[in-house]
Amino acid sequence: MIELISHHPIASALIALGSLSLIFGAVLGFAAVRFKVEGDPVVAQIDALLPQTQCGQCGHPGCRPYAQGIANGEPINKCPPGGQSTINAIADLLDVEAPTLDEEHGEESDIPTVAYIREDECIGCTKCIQACPMDAILGAAKQMHTVIADECTGCDLCVDPCPVDCIDMIPVQTTLSSWTWEPPKADLIATDRKEHQAA
Amino acid sequence: MTQIWNIPGGIHPPENKQQSLRAPLGHIDLPAELVLPLNQHLGAPAEPVVAVGDNVKTGQVIAQPGGQFSAAVHASSSGRVIAIEDRPLPHPSGFAGPCIVIAPDGLDTWINLEPCPDYRAQEPVELVQKIRLAGIAGMGGAGFPTAIKLAPKANQPIDTLILNGTECEPYITADDRLMRDRPEQVIEGARLMAYLLGEPDRVVIGIEDNKPEAIAALRAAAEGSPIEIAGFPTKYPSGGEKQLITILTGREVPAGKIPADIGIVVQNVGTAVAAWRAVVRGEPLISRITTVVGEALDVQRNVEVRLGTPVAHVLAAHGFQAAKASRIVLGGPMMGYAIETGDVPVVKTTNCILAPSQQELPAPPPAQACIRCGMCSEACPASLLPQQLYWYARAQDHEKLEAYNLFDCIECGACAYVCPSSIPLVHYYRAAKGDIRQAQVDKEKADRSRERFAFRQERIARQEAEKEAKRAERAKAAAAAKAKMAEKKSNAGTASDPVATAIAKAKAQQASAQQSPVEQRAKLERQLSAAQGRLALAQEKLSQAETEEQAEKCRAAVKTAEIKLTDVQQKLANAKDAPKDDPVAAAIERAKAKLTMSPLEKLNATIATLSERLQKAEAKLAQAQTEQSAHVEALQLGVDKLRAKLNEAQEELASHSPTTADERAPDDAASAAIERAKAKAAARAAMSDTDKLREQVSSLEVRLDKARQKLADAEAEGSPHVDALRTAADKLANKLADTQSRLENA
Amino acid sequence: MALMRISSPHATGPNRTTQVMLTVCLATLPGLMALVWHFGPGPLINVLLASIFALALEALALKLRKRPIGFYLRDGSALVTGILLGLALPPYVPWWLIFVGVFFAIVIAKHLYGGLGYNPFNPAMVGYVVLLISFPLPMTQWVLPAELTQQTPTLIETLLGLAQGTQGLPDGITGATPLDAFRQNTGELVLDVYAQSPVLAAGQWAGAGFEWVNLGFLLGGALLLQQRIFTWHAPVGMLATLLLLSALFYDGGSSNSAGSPWLHLLSGGTMLGAFFIVTDPVTSTTSTKGRLIFGAGVGLLVFCIRTWGNYPDAVAFAVLLMNFAAPFIDYYTTPRTYGHTKPRKATEKSE
Repeated sequence: MIELISHHPIASALIALGSLSLIFGAVLGFAAVRFKVEGDPVVAQIDALLPQTQCGQCGHPGCRPYAQGIANGEPINKCPPGGQSTINAIADLLDVEAPTLDEEHGEESDIPTVAYIREDECIGCTKCIQACPMDAILGAAKQMHTVIADECTGCDLCVDPCPVDCIDMIPVQTTLSSWTWEPPKADLIATDRKEHQAA
Repeated sequence: MTQIWNIPGGIHPPENKQQSLRAPLGHIDLPAELVLPLNQHLGAPAEPVVAVGDNVKTGQVIAQPGGQFSAAVHASSSGRVIAIEDRPLPHPSGFAGPCIVIAPDGLDTWINLEPCPDYRAQEPVELVQKIRLAGIAGMGGAGFPTAIKLAPKANQPIDTLILNGTECEPYITADDRLMRDRPEQVIEGARLMAYLLGEPDRVVIGIEDNKPEAIAALRAAAEGSPIEIAGFPTKYPSGGEKQLITILTGREVPAGKIPADIGIVVQNVGTAVAAWRAVVRGEPLISRITTVVGEALDVQRNVEVRLGTPVAHVLAAHGFQAAKASRIVLGGPMMGYAIETGDVPVVKTTNCILAPSQQELPAPPPAQACIRCGMCSEACPASLLPQQLYWYARAQDHEKLEAYNLFDCIECGACAYVCPSSIPLVHYYRAAKGDIRQAQVDKEKADRSRERFAFRQERIARQEAEKEAKRAERAKAAAAAKAKMAEKKSNAGTASDPVATAIAKAKAQQASAQQSPVEQRAKLERQLSAAQGRLALAQEKLSQAETEEQAEKCRAAVKTAEIKLTDVQQKLANAKDAPKDDPVAAAIERAKAKLTMSPLEKLNATIATLSERLQKAEAKLAQAQTEQSAHVEALQLGVDKLRAKLNEAQEELASHSPTTADERAPDDAASAAIERAKAKAAARAAMSDTDKLREQVSSLEVRLDKARQKLADAEAEGSPHVDALRTAADKLANKLADTQSRLENA
Repeated sequence: MALMRISSPHATGPNRTTQVMLTVCLATLPGLMALVWHFGPGPLINVLLASIFALALEALALKLRKRPIGFYLRDGSALVTGILLGLALPPYVPWWLIFVGVFFAIVIAKHLYGGLGYNPFNPAMVGYVVLLISFPLPMTQWVLPAELTQQTPTLIETLLGLAQGTQGLPDGITGATPLDAFRQNTGELVLDVYAQSPVLAAGQWAGAGFEWVNLGFLLGGALLLQQRIFTWHAPVGMLATLLLLSALFYDGGSSNSAGSPWLHLLSGGTMLGAFFIVTDPVTSTTSTKGRLIFGAGVGLLVFCIRTWGNYPDAVAFAVLLMNFAAPFIDYYTTPRTYGHTKPRKATEKSE
């Protein structure tokens, strides 16, 4: 045996390496099948981070299609309602550098809004009902419509279709139960940074 | 001697309790207005049961509890309800909320009270209900409705009742005063609560040892009863509910649980007295003892204040010097909140009004860098790591904050008190807690939105699919017909003669009729016998019919039956000598027979009413247009809709007319057509295109004016909707310009 | 009436960061006095120069970072760093050496990491270690205490020394420190080592001069403990470990002995480290349990490096190594929060 090996060093090395690779390949293949981790598909994970306004400002007909788009390599900065925090979260998930919001798709607004129908001006045309991605507008033909404020995501898709412009986007009112303390005023370090940026 | 356990952390701030204890309990005059907020406590707001202008008596219920976690509101003095409106609330947000405002008449006439000195004769459930209706809520801090705490669930047997007389916050002495002045009421309150809770094994009143007079007074009053009076070393925040439980029992309330889960109920001594008075004397909660203290006041003492008294009134009665004050705090210096206006009223939870001078509580110095000195974690009574929480709160790392148990923070302020760099730690935690709660709410909403959107997508997809299926079916039918045609053509060979086609068709039909003549005959025979039976039945009914109307109906039924019978007989005959006879003729016969019973009259009548309504509507529309009314649009829509309906009816009619025109209703059809033409003409006359446009322009102009007016108003008021209104106005202007240009083109 | 809306608590305690820092500075006085008494004006000059450099460099760094200079200078942290580095340096080193050390301490170790509160390593010790590695010769030459030389360098000699180091001093004024004497020990009994080393022979327990300096720092540390500037955990952890290990390895004073417990506790930088370096809150651990472990770790490393290592003293290395470990210790010493059955691991993700 030893003689055989010493006489055919190259051949025996090749055989040894080959058999090793076969064994390890088999082990790895077995492990890949046996210990497969069923991960949450990345699209669902991205979708969970998107704000679900279904506003379509990204150019997709809803949040999930955009999540699909991101999974297929689209830029992650096309969601104005989510703003920078959403971009950061997605960047964190996908382990990429977080870009700033692409202003082309709209500006980030700090104030959440909700649609409000001026009911005495509504003619009951149902166009907003068809436009609402959330089914958050109640009403029927010839009947005055109204917004279910709790379900409204503030996407403003209902504003344009309205033939009489009776829909306003108004800021969500803070109530006693939704009120919280503002974070403390930025301390000296942060103010300095702002001055620095301004300078 | 009661065993005392130690709690971790804690601080020893200057007590500052002597200032308000020098003078005895005081009383102040009634204010000009009593402001009673509808939500004085956690939970749903109460619902008012009085109207503006009503006269109320002291102790009268003016608002009913709005739910399980709500308590009633009572008039704290007799007088007249002068308003039910939003007033500034005693809340750190400084928000306004609904309040009932009473102008006291100064007489203070009470309602008739229902005392119940022997409460042991009644069931605890009834007494708890009494306490609930008396509006008793926790008077120590959070204002939790007492009735809920006194009615623990069946699976939570209570073995220990603790009365909290700790009052660990600096400056506050309201409970101290109460325990010194009315110790027997405190003991009675403890007995009452013990009875309500099913006589727990242990009833203990916990007091810090910096109140020796209170301890002595209670010990004297409790002489001979099993109620323990436990004095323990002074340390802030021993008076926190969880801390007090640990000090007196050595047990800990598990995170996310309530004391009742481990068999303990903690009540403030003031609450116990209020509950006792509510049950035994029938008095609802209309006043409380409040400490009025601070160097910006001439007089510092405890006063009995009617609920709803504005803080400014209380301060004025104690010689408040606004120039000297650094702020006004409701509650103590550790956990109280500063208020922005003295208009807020004293409520059930207002245990202290603190008006400190600049020297006493100076404005906080600017925060320096955290040097990780760890004093905060030594001071924390919940054994948290405040500096870690601070880092993560600044970084808004919600996950880490929760991992470091942010929500176990009781916001006692010990960490911020000891912080050498004056970092407002509690403020960071409060903001972070709010952010996390908001994030949770947002997350829930996003999840719900996702579901709703998915559902909508699914619904739309389903509708599309249904439509698609129908379309496919139609296409299939058309294709089949085409194929048949093609087949026939090929059958007819090269002959493209329509006659040949017709012959082929007839042949095909005959072939199909011939398929199973025996079966067909059997079926027809069955039909025949059924038709005969039906005819007999109808005839019988006719003979029995009493009224003309009924008879008419029956006659019609008889006729249908007869027709059907003859039809079937005919068919049968055809079938018998088939295939000689043509079945087409029978079909024609049948159709004719059916048509004799068609609802043509009905249709005609509908058309007549519709055209009448249309005329009326058009008249109204014309009038509205001349008056430039705002309803033109709506009316226009109505007219359109009516016209559509009319057309529909006419179409239906028309679909019947080809076969019936010659027989039944030539006049009706003609008159309908005439009506229709008339209506159309009228509509056209009333509304040429340019007219329409002109109307639109004028109505748009009116709306634009209105919108501009609103915008101006909003701008004048600095309303937050200015932007929305401006876009609306701009849009209207655009639309107007657009319409005007179209009008010019027309 | 202008009323503020600020969150509670409205009252604040008496502790101020500035006061903490100044108290620490004052507490170094007994040790500094002992140093001057035994080694002449050199240490005082060291401390003064280091403080001036520290404040100047801190101001410069703040200016470059566009921070309010006055506000942050007043917190006194730079002064403390300067004083501690000045105390740790051997007397009579050239001025530029002090400058380099302070520069690394303030600019590199502190401000490049984000300023006070963000630095993972003790700035004074970083400065010291950089000097010790880069300039081993001047950093290992200690003048002998006054008990041996009967004279201390005059002020003029000291100022001369600032320009050229110990070369400017009279001959024979420098010599081996007690720890050097032991490190160079090659198989002799402890008693013999004591007899042969002039420093040890002249001292009571751990070498003339050095033992008094350490006692001075012990006094200052006790003062800080009494003022509740820091808790007892870290110093006690360190000193107890050092005591225990040196007692274990004393070996009855045999030729294998690592030196007596007295020697270890009262020579070199033991007390300065225990009360002024290990207690630095920024670079230490958070919880009390963690501080006990942190201190014990420093004690262990000090003993190991002194006994088996290549450097004469080990406090700086030990502290820096334990600084590395501080977050790790924090992670495992999270206290149990009220109402929770066991401490939750901070990095556990709530999934």
